[in-house]
Amino acid sequence: MLLLFPLSTGAEIKEYVLDNGLKVIISEDHKVPLATFQIWYRVGSLDEQAGKTGLSHLLEHMMFKGTPKYGSKAFSRIVQRNGGIDNAHTTMDHTMYFQTMSSDRIGISIDLEADRMANLLLSPEETASEKEVVKEERRLRYEDDPQTSLYENFVATAMMTHPYRNPVIGWMPDIVAIQRTDLYNHYNKYYAPGNAFIVVVGDVKAEDILSRIKLSFGGIKKASPVKNKIAPEAEQKGEKRVYLKKEAELPYMLAGYHTPSFPDEDSFALDILSTILSEGKSSVLYKDLVYEKKLALDIGAEYEGLHIDPFFFLVWGTAAPGKDIAVLEKSVYAEIENLKKTPPLERAVQKAKNQIEASFIFGQDSLYMQAMKLGMFETLGGWRLMDKYLEGIRKVTPEDVQRVAKKYLTEDNRTVGILIPTKKMRKEQ
Amino acid sequence: MRFKQSGDKSLRSGLRIFLTLFLLFAVYCLPVTNAESLEVKRRILPNGLTILQTERHNLPIVTVTVLVKASPLDEAPEKAGLANLTAELLTEGTVRRKAADISEEIEFIGASLTASVDNDYTLVSLSVLKKDAEKGFELLSDVLLNPVFPEEEILRNKELIKGAVRQNEESPSYVAAREFKKAVFGELPYGRLITGSLETLDNIKKEDIVSFHAAYYRPGNSFMSVVGDLTDEELKSLVQKFFSSWKYIKTNERRPVPQVEKKQKTLVIDKELTQANIILGHTGMRREDPDYYAASVMNYILGGGGFSSRLMEIIRDDKGLAYDVHSYFAPDKYGGLFEVGVQTKNESAGAVVSEILKQMKRIRQEPVSEKELDDAKAYLTGSFPRKLETNRKIADFLTAVEFYGLGLDYIEKYTGYINSVTRKDVLRVAKKYLDPENYILIVVADKAKANMGKGGAK
Repeated sequence: MLLLFPLSTGAEIKEYVLDNGLKVIISEDHKVPLATFQIWYRVGSLDEQAGKTGLSHLLEHMMFKGTPKYGSKAFSRIVQRNGGIDNAHTTMDHTMYFQTMSSDRIGISIDLEADRMANLLLSPEETASEKEVVKEERRLRYEDDPQTSLYENFVATAMMTHPYRNPVIGWMPDIVAIQRTDLYNHYNKYYAPGNAFIVVVGDVKAEDILSRIKLSFGGIKKASPVKNKIAPEAEQKGEKRVYLKKEAELPYMLAGYHTPSFPDEDSFALDILSTILSEGKSSVLYKDLVYEKKLALDIGAEYEGLHIDPFFFLVWGTAAPGKDIAVLEKSVYAEIENLKKTPPLERAVQKAKNQIEASFIFGQDSLYMQAMKLGMFETLGGWRLMDKYLEGIRKVTPEDVQRVAKKYLTEDNRTVGILIPTKKMRKEQ
Repeated sequence: MRFKQSGDKSLRSGLRIFLTLFLLFAVYCLPVTNAESLEVKRRILPNGLTILQTERHNLPIVTVTVLVKASPLDEAPEKAGLANLTAELLTEGTVRRKAADISEEIEFIGASLTASVDNDYTLVSLSVLKKDAEKGFELLSDVLLNPVFPEEEILRNKELIKGAVRQNEESPSYVAAREFKKAVFGELPYGRLITGSLETLDNIKKEDIVSFHAAYYRPGNSFMSVVGDLTDEELKSLVQKFFSSWKYIKTNERRPVPQVEKKQKTLVIDKELTQANIILGHTGMRREDPDYYAASVMNYILGGGGFSSRLMEIIRDDKGLAYDVHSYFAPDKYGGLFEVGVQTKNESAGAVVSEILKQMKRIRQEPVSEKELDDAKAYLTGSFPRKLETNRKIADFLTAVEFYGLGLDYIEKYTGYINSVTRKDVLRVAKKYLDPENYILIVVADKAKANMGKGGAK
């Protein structure tokens, strides 16, 4: 009944689809008597409209606020009483809930998750109160963090039409305006078995887990949402810049280039490129800008390619005290231009491949991380893409890296955000 | 995210409970659950280096932690930051390698080699694929035994640390934590920044670093945990090859750290913020304190148990006043902290502080319910296997067991200690260790908006 697939990481993955469309992915790992249960819903800020941003995230919070069977406050208490931990997160592409606990108790997860997929209360009082909590979360993560505030400004400047331009947590006025009906409609539309999948990794027997899942989830009937492909952003034709003046200590820059997402054929070389630029103290940007020129306190580059729709290749840095952010910015571009003129050394590409492969293997030590990887690739089209990712990485040549740098890391395709610190004189009491 | 996991520190402290046995040259089976056990081999090299090993062959990876008893406890106050600067510079040049060679070699094999300093010790950690274990051990040995601390690297690292100290001012939670420990411990080592300050960093000279390293980075003053895909024989030969030449020199006993009294102090720091970042607390307990188990249970109920705790239930779930609120004991070798941390919009700062004090008073006055007690015990005992899931977690666990002399039967004993805690014990430790009168209150907020309520600090 269960289809069995080996992965190149050595794990054997079992997959099954229930009649109601719910997919189940199981990987047995018997090293410790634990298991992770994750349920992924294919809904995130990608599915939100202007004026209603933050709906998916607030709904994630509300999923802990009870059903007729288990009242508000019960969920985490039950999990913790059984020695487990639970949490959830919302991204641009998905909403994921998980529990990790002793594998002999993982049936508790199955019952609780099936119940809240079908029977969420969404009481008006709880909704009002939880909106306040999310407002506090937004103050904590965005409003009072200068570099994250700049990131939010940057994304909304670089993108004009695609929903990725909105923060996952939502804009403050939208959070304030969300109504219980909005949440209810969102829940009814997206929290359907055909729009979700389950990942279980740990010391379990696949057959046992599957029959428990069938028992709890099999009876849930909800139509899967119809999703329209969202039109891509129009091509950017010229650099955009955004400035943020805020109380901060050091100037900070963030530059982003529009890039395609995995599994685009260029995505592998873009990943190697970001690793060469900024992974570790031997990377190009760290060596030149932090170590040699002492222009930056920290520096980073990241290919944000594991998304459903295209996003960015990002480069950022904090100016060292007394250094000019404009000089730092120019120097970052100069390093990128070097890579366009001359391909990286074969050894640098090999090092990046070794770093990526090793981090993949280290990640396998954690059940949660194993499940995360399976879920992430499943969101992008199927967990078997994990193998495709590693194969693609292994094939990248120095010329590929040079080619994608030339193709995407251009001035016209770039948006730049600059944080300009302001500081008032204050007294302490 | 619904909830930021703020428990790192408290989780770690949860492990650092007290055990009592020192044992030599033996193999122990630590039953984790009925089905599982953790086999630990302990050996001591002739130069005094203690090595703890757990074999795990599920993945081709090796995780090593070397703990060196070197920390702010061993610094002169005017040279605060010496332990941290020494640790940072280990990977910045050795007799055989320049800084750039070290990072290139370690990163080429996809490994990581890092050093960090805590209140009580320095940790040097290596993660490496099994096929590169020999190279990893060679580099680990080189940075521990042969660092040369070049002048230009000292200068460079001082500038980077100073820059980071300055940038940290952007983080209200960092500012609050810094001011809190300063207010509790004053000029004592636990009250200082581990990084040192802009002034004390300037006082540190190359000869200070060289002699600090020579005095403390010694096999008899250190120990090593090795977890992962190495057999007994493989580890023996690696250790023989790379660590037998580490020369034993006697390290002086640490000076006793004076205890501090609780006191009342309120400090409001004005910044352009939408939220007040609040820390309320006072001295806590040493890790060896026999009340630690009862305090763990009490704290779980008060504010350590996430969504199962009273503070979270009232301040977040019922009142919607915060995204996260938590309490914890941070127990170190010679003293510790108890603190409640929370962020709330400026306007509700006073209301949240009142609620925290109310809950501290309540748990000191009324016994907790049977159900609260049972739930706390069920979590604390039932979550133990998760603390031993990965190589890194096991290495950290072995390190804690060894440093605090907990004994390798800790896993067995822990459940018994937790389960023996009664409602009376919880009440007793709440009265003894919580003080809703003599506390330090740090508020980093927009002062003009922060409403501290009557009798508050505005």
